[in-house]
Amino acid sequence: MSGAVVGVDVGGTFTDLILMEPESGAVRLAKVPSTPENQAAGVLAALEGADAALAEVAAIVHGTTVTTNALLERKLSRCGLITTRGFRDVLELGRRTRPNAYGLIGSFTPLIPRERRIEVPERMDAAGEVLVPLDEDAVREALAALQTAGCESLVIHFLHSYKNPAHEVRALEIARECWPDGHVTAGHAILSEFREYERGVAATVNACVQPILHRYLDRLQGRLGQRGYGRELLVIQGNGGSVSARSAAAKAVNTVLSGPASGVMAAAAIGRAAGSAHLITYDTGGTSADVGLVLEGVPAVSAEMELEHGMPIHVPMVDVHTVGAGGGSIARIDEAGLLQVGPESAGAQPGPICYGRGGERPTLTDANLILGRLDPEGLLAVDAPVAPDEVRAVFAAEIGAPLGFDADAAAAAVIRIANDRMAGAIRMATLARGHDPRDFVLFAFGGAGPMHAAALAGELGIPRVMIPARPGITSAVGCITADIRHDHVNTVNAPLAEVDMGTVRAILERQAGDGRATIAREEVAVGEVACLHTADMQFEGQTHLLTVPVEGPEVTREALQQAFEAAYWERFQVALDTIRPVLVNLHTAVIGARPTVPLAALAGAGRAATLEDALAGTRRAWFPAGWQETPVYDRDRLPAGARFEGPAIVQQSDCTSVVEPGDRASLDAIGNLILEVAR
Amino acid sequence: MSELDPTTLGVVQSGLQQVCNEMDLAFVRSAFSPVISEGLDRSDGIYAKEDGKLIAQGELGLPVFVGTMQFSTEHLIATRPEVREGDIFAVNDPYLGGTHLMDVRFAMPFFYKGAHFAWLSNTGHWPDTGGMVPGGFSARATEVVQEGLRFPPVKLYKEGTIDQEILSIILSNIRVPEQRIGDIKAQSSALLVGARRMTALLDKYGQPLVEQVIREMRARAARQMRAKIATIPDGTWHGLAQVDSDGVVNEPLTIDMRILVDGSEMHFDMSRSSPPCAGPMNSVAATTKSSIYLAIRHIFPDVPINAGSFEPLHITEPRGTFLHAEYPRPVSGCAAEVSQRIAEAVFDALAQAIPERLFAAPAGTSGNFAVGGSDPARGRDYVMYVISGGGYGGSPAGDGLTNGCSTIGISKSQPIEVMEQRYPVLFQEYSLHEGSGGAGRWRGGFGVTYACTLRRGAANASMVMDHGRSGPNGARGGAPGGVNTVDVIRADGSRYRPPHLSKDQEIALQPGDTVRVSTPGGGGYGAPFEREPAQVLRDVMRGYYTAAEAAERFGVVLAGDPPEVDEAATAARRQAAPASAA
Repeated sequence: MSGAVVGVDVGGTFTDLILMEPESGAVRLAKVPSTPENQAAGVLAALEGADAALAEVAAIVHGTTVTTNALLERKLSRCGLITTRGFRDVLELGRRTRPNAYGLIGSFTPLIPRERRIEVPERMDAAGEVLVPLDEDAVREALAALQTAGCESLVIHFLHSYKNPAHEVRALEIARECWPDGHVTAGHAILSEFREYERGVAATVNACVQPILHRYLDRLQGRLGQRGYGRELLVIQGNGGSVSARSAAAKAVNTVLSGPASGVMAAAAIGRAAGSAHLITYDTGGTSADVGLVLEGVPAVSAEMELEHGMPIHVPMVDVHTVGAGGGSIARIDEAGLLQVGPESAGAQPGPICYGRGGERPTLTDANLILGRLDPEGLLAVDAPVAPDEVRAVFAAEIGAPLGFDADAAAAAVIRIANDRMAGAIRMATLARGHDPRDFVLFAFGGAGPMHAAALAGELGIPRVMIPARPGITSAVGCITADIRHDHVNTVNAPLAEVDMGTVRAILERQAGDGRATIAREEVAVGEVACLHTADMQFEGQTHLLTVPVEGPEVTREALQQAFEAAYWERFQVALDTIRPVLVNLHTAVIGARPTVPLAALAGAGRAATLEDALAGTRRAWFPAGWQETPVYDRDRLPAGARFEGPAIVQQSDCTSVVEPGDRASLDAIGNLILEVAR
Repeated sequence: MSELDPTTLGVVQSGLQQVCNEMDLAFVRSAFSPVISEGLDRSDGIYAKEDGKLIAQGELGLPVFVGTMQFSTEHLIATRPEVREGDIFAVNDPYLGGTHLMDVRFAMPFFYKGAHFAWLSNTGHWPDTGGMVPGGFSARATEVVQEGLRFPPVKLYKEGTIDQEILSIILSNIRVPEQRIGDIKAQSSALLVGARRMTALLDKYGQPLVEQVIREMRARAARQMRAKIATIPDGTWHGLAQVDSDGVVNEPLTIDMRILVDGSEMHFDMSRSSPPCAGPMNSVAATTKSSIYLAIRHIFPDVPINAGSFEPLHITEPRGTFLHAEYPRPVSGCAAEVSQRIAEAVFDALAQAIPERLFAAPAGTSGNFAVGGSDPARGRDYVMYVISGGGYGGSPAGDGLTNGCSTIGISKSQPIEVMEQRYPVLFQEYSLHEGSGGAGRWRGGFGVTYACTLRRGAANASMVMDHGRSGPNGARGGAPGGVNTVDVIRADGSRYRPPHLSKDQEIALQPGDTVRVSTPGGGGYGAPFEREPAQVLRDVMRGYYTAAEAAERFGVVLAGDPPEVDEAATAARRQAAPASAA
């Protein structure tokens, strides 16, 4: 298996692995339980499960939730802050928001408590002019105090450092002289953008998780080394690319939202190979659904994500909108007598009733079981099987009785409400980004996505659904398709008419140069290195930004003006020729192409000769028109070029796809199941 | 009509909700006014054709607009306007179901298959509608005509075409008119987005079914609200709140709120409140009622908003008080400040009835502060607006939130870096208002302190804030939060404190002068002497309170370095004074 590429992705329930030999197209898969206390254990178990000979592996690409979990559980390194005099509370005060629009109860805990936030004399103004020089002795005193307080990581965050980072750079030098392990983060180095709260939070998140990620990757790289892996471990980033483990910790914040990103990256790669450039990605597991967009074959990226209330992460990330609707979502009747599904979830523990782990409340998965869409024999992760009649009884009592339904109708109502909520979320997620869902293909994956995709597409007017060959391990596929990527952002924030185009050119060239240099230092095999430039613009007086593509560093003022006006018209159908455009930020993504993998290999071997041979049997399943005896196909045996019409159920080990009556299903050349949705 | 199946009911209900959410989204994404785009100071909804009653409203609309657009639409219908497809009415008259002049309402008759089906309406806060001060928040206006341009319902769009004559009257009377064109287009296009989605919904489910759902949703919301009210003990519950002054006469104004809970109905009587005032702290009837609706929604956030949820809330119009302003009383303070005091009076009353669900009073001021002048370095005029948050009240769920948004708003404050980029000012600090959290078993959250120095050119400062005389009330024996303070520190070191404490205008500033503002903290909940000493120690270590404040306000005596709780001295001190002393 020389030259094999391994993708290994840690999810909430399972750690998934795919090993592919690009030349022979041989594929091995593994799915093992995740080990949240030390994710490395699950990673190593998965490698063993796939029987990978690590000495011959060319690359291991790893998607990890170590940093996300650390933040959500607040199990962070002890971090201290050195900041501009008068502004240590910026991180605690935020932008005067509250957790919910209604209800005045709720709390917010800053990542660094007040006693570990120290001010020093220094001040730049908005033009980057020094008003108060940096008091270096005060910096040294602050460093000593924070070390005495037991801080492991440090943030240096000064006002207007995006405009002139000199004070942060100098303070960083002083800190590096005495700070162990180099766990020091300067605000401008993470996000060179104005807005002191957002920049400060990005830097603080980085610092808080840096030692954790550093130790984790070090340990894992060491363990892999012991098993014969001699190359650099690659780590998936939230921006849709990967970096070497050695650069990952320096910008640890980039891994924070990487979990949902790898699935979107896989979707983009598979969509490109299948000739579908515009996708809505819909990834549903047990507790939530992640909705993303792929435009022109590239995952849409946002720099306005928020991990939770008061924790904006404004570094470029694959734009994923998460809603609380998954297989474990609990159904209940609210005080108005209406059926609600989610956001409360039974999760993996106690899980749906049918998992037999003590779950007693009706969930979406249970509804699918009652309606014959899920095979009671084929469930993964069942502890003690629960008879479908017992599940039915719960539905009849808890949902059916208050609504005047029997168990079947209650289960059907649960599915309809859940689909409605999901469709609403998909519609809002696409519209919020200025797109019409009907222009997209719905790319469904995750354990529960393909079961609902056809119905959702029907609801949204989406004509076509694509379900990849391996829906349950799509995120691991994203690992092996990801390119190396580094993002750079700098603020300009001046009316376009007044911008010095020489400065624009210099910034873009510097960003490209920095990115190329980083890739060169990483010692990872890449092909062509490409730079994607974009500009964030707005009309003078607005606060929301529009991102427009920029051809290259030599871009002209007129080209920027035209690109912005065109994008604005496209988005809002409004022309505002009397108002001046402002150039706010310049971005460069430097992308090093990784060797491509033959995605067709995912479809696997062992195909049946005819459709009939792939038929595993039939079972009664419920559809809006009623119960129907429905053919059940074995996904792995569907012949190339298979075509059939719904209703049908397509089963594979970790996923069930439902073809609604009247929809036409086919298998494309690389093994995607394509559903043409009936109108 | 057959029995409505509950699933269809839920699906069509969420469809109506989504029409509103999409209008909200379209409005905010394309608006110019930062008050709308960043401050989210807008709202969109669907209203009944016959009586203007609320059918559905966007979930991210500004809370204070919860009821006002219904009243505004009612007033519009009362004028019996002739309506055609594509017409859009614009109105900002406060007395016709409004708030203040800056909140401009657009209402569009929505036609389905050629017949008028419902109203789609929205409200957006324009940064300026003319008047004696930029931004409209004059602290000293004594007549509405001084506050800006007032227009009755006028057809700004006639069958899809903007009326250039009306537009030119509006644009000739407001500041920075070129950006208002962008906002007018954003506001009207949001309604068009709503019309498209509404048409799709009706096409899909049919008009009779949608109408049936609307009726059913209203009945259910009323039932749900009544079920909530039934959990409140019967009786008359009395709450009080105070506005510092009206900005003209330096006397406090009192809101006297008596809530009669009778089974599943609530009656609100404010007739004993202060009479109409000379300055702009009068509230119009629509705002007064909306403030009560929004207070109830903060207490019962899970009841959906539509006309049904308002049915069991009976509000006696407080004629003869400052909470029922009539022409030409000035009203600019009603939406931002008086509304929050009204909500506070509701909280104060119900904290006695259902203490387990309530919280002590939040800071409850929008902290409007404006500096206007001319920047010699750029050769142009500017107006800088600063809004700020304050502490929320403690509650059985824990300590209050620090620097929370105004009760009636959901808007974010502007970054310091943005203000320093745009205006000739330098902030000396932006920090937690130490000591401002009201003492209690669960203490209030903290307000904010900021100090802003003028760097270039002469300027004028104005502010409309509140809680300068007395801090937000505590509940269940908790102490009030810290008060709002404003100080002007001149370049020569001399100081000026506004006579009305929280309201002033046209304070002349010279380069080097600094305005320092500290916003209120939230009230404490429960007896301060029952707070865990370890929590008090933690708060002192963080510099939230001094050791002296810990002893005085919480009865916790600290000793040593680093300090620790002196258990014996603390026990002695807490025994010596009654637990509710605060």
